[in-house]
Amino acid sequence: MTSRSSDFASVGTGEVDAVSSGRARHTIAAFLTKRLIAGAATLLVASFVIFFAVNVLPGNVATAVLGKNSTPANTALLRRRLHLNRPFIVRYGDWLGDALQGNLGQSAVALAQAGVGEGVGSGTVQNAGVAQKIGTPFRNSVILAGITIILLIPLSLLLGCLAGVRAGRSADYAISYTALVLGAFPEFVLGTLLIFLFFTLLNLFPPIALVGPGQTPLSEPNVLVLPVLTLLGVSLSFSARQVRAGMAEVMRQDYVAMARLNGLHERRVLWRYALRNALAPSVQVFAQTIQYLIGGIIIVESVFAYPGIGTFLVDAVTARDVPEVEAVALILAAIYILINIAADLLVLLLVPKLRTGLAQT
Amino acid sequence: MTAVSPSLARRGRVMMRWPRFVRTPQGVVGLAMLAFVLLVAFVGPLIAPHSIEEPIGAPGQSPGAGALLGTDFLGRDVLSRVLHGGVSVLGLSITATVLTYIVGITVGLIAGYSRSLVDPLLMRFVDLMLSFPALLLLLVLVTGAGSGVGILILGVVLVMFPGVARIVRTSTLEASVKGYVEAAVMRGERPSAILTREILPNIISFVLADVGIRFSAAIIFIASLNYLSLGLKPPAADWALMIAENREILSSNVWGVLAPAIMLGLLTISVNLLGDAYARTLGRSRGRA
Repeated sequence: MTSRSSDFASVGTGEVDAVSSGRARHTIAAFLTKRLIAGAATLLVASFVIFFAVNVLPGNVATAVLGKNSTPANTALLRRRLHLNRPFIVRYGDWLGDALQGNLGQSAVALAQAGVGEGVGSGTVQNAGVAQKIGTPFRNSVILAGITIILLIPLSLLLGCLAGVRAGRSADYAISYTALVLGAFPEFVLGTLLIFLFFTLLNLFPPIALVGPGQTPLSEPNVLVLPVLTLLGVSLSFSARQVRAGMAEVMRQDYVAMARLNGLHERRVLWRYALRNALAPSVQVFAQTIQYLIGGIIIVESVFAYPGIGTFLVDAVTARDVPEVEAVALILAAIYILINIAADLLVLLLVPKLRTGLAQT
Repeated sequence: MTAVSPSLARRGRVMMRWPRFVRTPQGVVGLAMLAFVLLVAFVGPLIAPHSIEEPIGAPGQSPGAGALLGTDFLGRDVLSRVLHGGVSVLGLSITATVLTYIVGITVGLIAGYSRSLVDPLLMRFVDLMLSFPALLLLLVLVTGAGSGVGILILGVVLVMFPGVARIVRTSTLEASVKGYVEAAVMRGERPSAILTREILPNIISFVLADVGIRFSAAIIFIASLNYLSLGLKPPAADWALMIAENREILSSNVWGVLAPAIMLGLLTISVNLLGDAYARTLGRSRGRA
């Protein structure tokens, strides 16, 4: 995943410098509160950036959404329905207030279709609520990402440790170069090559993830195989390489040499001394990988027409459906920030030294 | 990339380093692959046998005498379109990467050297951009401003420059307390001269160390948006766009999809191999394995 460095925010352990001893539970609660407040502030600014980017730049959204049906009367009606004729900052305030109450606005495309059908109408339009529309895609994406993560973590630990312990030997080279090559591919190229291999040549798995209405992808496990493989291909390479680097670093430490000199069994050296110390940095790596998945899933779902939040978002962007894009972007940004906090919390729980250090701050 | 393509490479320091990392097996393989891709992309349009817009036969025909790679979903010559399709992705990502470094270096130098409110403001903005999925930001931007080549480049620069700015700022902070900078201040040099003639030349090789990674990220962003039809528009010949368009004829002529996919794959793999080889050389010269 070297190529995706810009997708990875620096997930640092931030404000842990001082050394002291203290009451661990209280410290963690204080840390969590502080990070949640900071996260909420970041999300607030992010929400402004989203709204600003979508609304202030040139490009007439109402005309774009209506497409061939854009008459002056229609456009004016849709603009009114989307409240586009009110000042920017008022619209931002309304949107944010509604979003906080769980109202993610109404789909512009649905409004446009209803508007064209009824001629001049007013009031709310049925089935246009974005919050209702994204429920199922969101669940499908969680399933896809969940399966990927469940496979990703043990696999990258296994491959990363294997390569790290044998650093500089043939097993290391085989794993490292495979990871480098796989991780270099853009997601859609890897997905397309997998379709060619597993559908065109072998006819094993479907190239398009058709999920019947009312069904979950879990009832059609076949459709999940290729999307999961694609996501694993690109994300595993990043996390395995990072775990390898951490493990190789640990294996060079004096305490590992000392344990070996003391005549401990190699397996015990690995499990008790090396792996435990390599694990804490790995948590950050997995957080970064999961954050990467948020971007990767958008492309991979589009490749396989998987009915998730990524396909939903790309469709909304193509149709210039502003309320839908804003809603999905806000949710994904919130998840991104939460993963960051969760990773830092987990590291804090894994490494007692940081916990005591935090008590002072 | 700097040390990779002679046309881009700054002469002098960087050129001297290139034998060392290209001489590794990894560097040789990467360079050969990149040379092939560049050859196809830039010489290809000159030798393409057919037009990229006129059909030469039925859609989705498999390779034959008239068309070595068959025809695409509209019956156009796949070979000619592959030969034409590399200029756009390479041109756009090189432009975006160069602009990323220009903006990132400018912002980083100003933030690192000015001991004023500019620094915290710029850095909070950088933090904000980094706390956000990059692809999501690009998609949001496309929603607001519409799709197009200009927006594509602007968006990629916007999501990539914060990373460069942060590194430049840190390096500038370190360099600005060095003797040669203080000497320049004593001589009464203007800040702009100090930044461009004293600080920049001393931090540039460090700043450019991960240019391969960033170039590869730019390629992936741009190709992905083209693939989603949010960048270039048909009938443009572009490798990413071709992969999307020819999905429907995958069963009748796989080359419509496979040929551009192989070219894009070779490009990103070669850039990553060379970037990795370069980073390893740097690591070794700093005493790390």
